[in-house]
Amino acid sequence: MSNFVVRRLLSVIPIALIVLVTVFLLLHIGPGDPAALIAGENATPAQIEQIRERLFLDRPLLEQLFLYLSHVVQLDLGQSVYSGLPVLSLIAQRIEPTAVLAVSTLLLSVLIAVPMGVWAAWRAGSTVDTALIVASVLGFSVPVFVIGYVLVDVFALRAGWLPVQGYKPLSSGLWNCFRSIILPSVTLSFLFSALVARITRATMIEVLAEDYIRTARAKGAGNRRILVVHALKNIGVPVVTVVGTSFAALLGGVVITESVFNIPGMGRLTVDAILTRDYPVVQGVLIVFSFVLITVNLLVDLSYALFDPRVRQ
Amino acid sequence: MTMSPSKTFAAMRSARPGLAVSLSLFALAVVILMAIFGPIVLGSGNGLNPLMRLKPPSALAWFGTDNLGRDVFVRTISGARNSVMVGLSTAVVVLLIGGTLGVLAGYFKWVDRVVMRLADGLMAIPGILLAIALVSVLGGGLVTIIIAISVPEIPRTARLMRSVVLSIRELPFITAAVSVGSSTPKILLRHVVPNAIGMLSVQATYVCAAAILSEAALSFLGVGTPPDVPSWGNVIASGKEYFRLAPWIIAFPGVILSIMVLSINIIGDRLRDRFDPRLAARKAS
Repeated sequence: MSNFVVRRLLSVIPIALIVLVTVFLLLHIGPGDPAALIAGENATPAQIEQIRERLFLDRPLLEQLFLYLSHVVQLDLGQSVYSGLPVLSLIAQRIEPTAVLAVSTLLLSVLIAVPMGVWAAWRAGSTVDTALIVASVLGFSVPVFVIGYVLVDVFALRAGWLPVQGYKPLSSGLWNCFRSIILPSVTLSFLFSALVARITRATMIEVLAEDYIRTARAKGAGNRRILVVHALKNIGVPVVTVVGTSFAALLGGVVITESVFNIPGMGRLTVDAILTRDYPVVQGVLIVFSFVLITVNLLVDLSYALFDPRVRQ
Repeated sequence: MTMSPSKTFAAMRSARPGLAVSLSLFALAVVILMAIFGPIVLGSGNGLNPLMRLKPPSALAWFGTDNLGRDVFVRTISGARNSVMVGLSTAVVVLLIGGTLGVLAGYFKWVDRVVMRLADGLMAIPGILLAIALVSVLGGGLVTIIIAISVPEIPRTARLMRSVVLSIRELPFITAAVSVGSSTPKILLRHVVPNAIGMLSVQATYVCAAAILSEAALSFLGVGTPPDVPSWGNVIASGKEYFRLAPWIIAFPGVILSIMVLSINIIGDRLRDRFDPRLAARKAS
């Protein structure tokens, strides 16, 4: 078991390194001079020179990479070109809305999609099953922003039940925060539950076709016992896996949802940074989002060891 | 009462009626015709008309007009061309690069080690964010957008092709080809690739659908196709500020975009039912 854990922990290192090198190289693959790119169109040569020195862009590429990596390792993601503030503290200011949105979407989707997927698999071929297949294809075909505007139109503008846009922080009270995050997380849940429900259904169909289910049935176990004791126990791994693999889609969806609902989170920070050519911030956000993703996938893999004794060997 | 596995699969097949696929093919044909002939017949839809700002749908402008008085219907039609082009080009780029890398990784151990490490790393960066960052450094324009959307999709396709090739190379006819002394390139081109084409075409549909969605998302966020190049995404984006006053700017292109992506996904699912070796193995048993 500990062997598996150690090996999996070590496998994070090359992945993290590739992420960092990719993020570092982003600035250098463009057609022009990175310093001029950051400075913008109206910058004077002196300003460009200043940026070049501050970001070490005058050094050889390998030295730059080494400097960049050593700073990141010390949790120094540089300063915003635009405001001069440390990137890490800019991100820290914006992390709450993004985390609240991601976690609430995750909870909502898993609560809806896993039971739906199991139900559809149990009644494979029935109307319920067909309805779920249709709904899930719809879920990842309709863009998040289209769903978002439809929900805003119906539940905020017409019915007036919920705020149209904006975010109320947790410090303004749980209820206020909850109300402001309902529409965004329902919006994003369409996409995420579609992914989760589809995989849950497919896995459950596979599990129900296993020999041990037939054996249980032969021994006279009732439907409920088969479902609860024999089948559900075995969908833990695939469901956790799908949550892990679609987490990237969730983070991407968060960026778009924040833009629809005017939520001042990390997604908005990224988009604003891109529009103002604030590359240190863009790089910082990419690194933080990627590390969240790497950590989630690490936890998913480690959880296999809990669910499935075979992995531990 | 539950069904036996074979009955379950029979039911699954009949649960996806041919109707959905026919409708999807029809919708796809309409959009492609729109993309080819729309701009020729109706123009680019960039004509400004200050007197016609934010007018609701009417006989004059079927989908209403936007904040600059441009006809949303005409812009949606001419947007089809760019959106479809981004979708198809991305699918081609991703299949060529990702497919090749995947086939090589599935066949050569050392390629496998390098490519899969790189794929793991790239896949750790959320795709849409990587695409946004790429557009911002490479500059706007259709070609840049196609590159930016392709990069995050390549590792996924390479991975899939690798797993398909890994299962193909264990099949008896590969062993037979090796034993009669066929060269490796010949085995790859004559035996491995043709058998992987099915899954590759399935993947093509998904990449195409995802690319159309990504283009729309990038444009929606303001880093996509330039405003004077209409695409579904930037028509929708132009309605962002006015969605309370003029919801039609978002609604019509949004619905058409959704129908398009839905159709491609439905066709992809149908192709997968046919080609996925794992599904086929299960049906045979």
